[in-house]
Amino acid sequence: MAALRSSSARVFAAASRPAFRPVVAARGMANLADGATQSQQASSEQSPKLKTFQIYRWNPDTPTEKPRMQSYTLDLNKTGPMVLDALVRIKNELDPTLTFRRSCREGICGSCAMNINGTNTLACLCRIPADNSAEMKIYPLPHTYVVKDLVPDLTLFYKQYKSIKPYLQRDTPSPDGKEYRQSKADRKKLDGLYECILCACCSTSCPSYWWNSEEYLGPAILLQSYRWLADSRDERTAERKDALNNSMSLYRCHTILNCTRTCPKGLNPGLAIANIKKELAF
Amino acid sequence: MLAQRAGTTALRRVAAAPSSVFKLAPFAAMQTRPIQTERLTPADEAAILAKQRLNRPVSPHLEIYDPKQTWFGGSAWQRITGASFSGALYASAVAYLAAPLVGWHLESASLVAAAAALPVAVKGALKFLVAWPFVFHAINGVRHLAFDLGIGFSRATIIKTGWYFWGASIVGGVYLAFFM
Repeated sequence: MAALRSSSARVFAAASRPAFRPVVAARGMANLADGATQSQQASSEQSPKLKTFQIYRWNPDTPTEKPRMQSYTLDLNKTGPMVLDALVRIKNELDPTLTFRRSCREGICGSCAMNINGTNTLACLCRIPADNSAEMKIYPLPHTYVVKDLVPDLTLFYKQYKSIKPYLQRDTPSPDGKEYRQSKADRKKLDGLYECILCACCSTSCPSYWWNSEEYLGPAILLQSYRWLADSRDERTAERKDALNNSMSLYRCHTILNCTRTCPKGLNPGLAIANIKKELAF
Repeated sequence: MLAQRAGTTALRRVAAAPSSVFKLAPFAAMQTRPIQTERLTPADEAAILAKQRLNRPVSPHLEIYDPKQTWFGGSAWQRITGASFSGALYASAVAYLAAPLVGWHLESASLVAAAAALPVAVKGALKFLVAWPFVFHAINGVRHLAFDLGIGFSRATIIKTGWYFWGASIVGGVYLAFFM
């Protein structure tokens, strides 16, 4: 079958791609054979840099079996730099049953949020530490219901997001009938808020959210709440504040600040929550 | 394999031609599928989902999260130290009330005499057990007041001040326990 694909394409592919990333880069049935020969060449050139990944496994088809850790060993010379590259390679070459969410591979979609070496982050933005040979441990987002392997059930998280009415609410029409204008200073207030991709890393890093997720909104949703409180164009600020002003929705935040320390986008949910508390208090 | 591929290509060409739809019917009857899907009503789907949700395990949390953040979190220790002081206050007040009835001697004079009889190391260690939580709660409380004003939220500041306050509370506790 390999012969059916034009040999010029194969030569071209081999020349244009770095030798240590064969299979991830080259998809399709015919190219698997190419990948194998290329990786053999690569391994003969460099000594293998082995890294073991311990990954949380649980299969809904055999629900009575307890979740377990399964280890996979990869040669880092043939793997891309990020944890997501390693996961994709494990799924392609070692174990096709490994299940995880991924989409954009560049920190924009928030699908590949998981707990890597103890902190929540996006697998696509998390480098594999190449300087040591310590095992990497990969778990699903903490204290979530597991759908399968590294896939958490985020239904509640999305419902909570819906509950804060995350859209512009106003009755006054714009003066020019075209668009709702904002001063540069007002627009600036939204910086550091609108970038949130709702990956749930911060919420699932928060012990308070672990114990009270039914009622406490959690850092991600509160950051989104503040995004709409801070928006000069929104006219329902009072109602939004009222909805948060109870013992559970907001005030289960005890400034533990795991959220700010874990955010893969470098945002500051802790500060956003502090700002809401200030607005409610003064 | 090559022949099979040629065969499927031919089939595709036949399928692509609009006039040959009816000619394709006998071929379609011959095809077999390794996997079969079944059509479900929304109610069935909801029932399957509900059943699956009952089985889902909760992913590990406290035991796998970064130990530096879990076990040295200022917020958790603020609560632990505060709660143990409240508990100690209630316990000692109740003990003081109950002392005459039970026959304990908790008057200041007898407590002073008991403490004076202890060796210095034991005395200091006991004092440190009280002094460290006191200092930690006091200075970390100020840190939390700053948080309430929206001060000190950058990631680097959080990590640095966290360790500074641990260090300062231990130094302060040792000072109160052994040099006062």
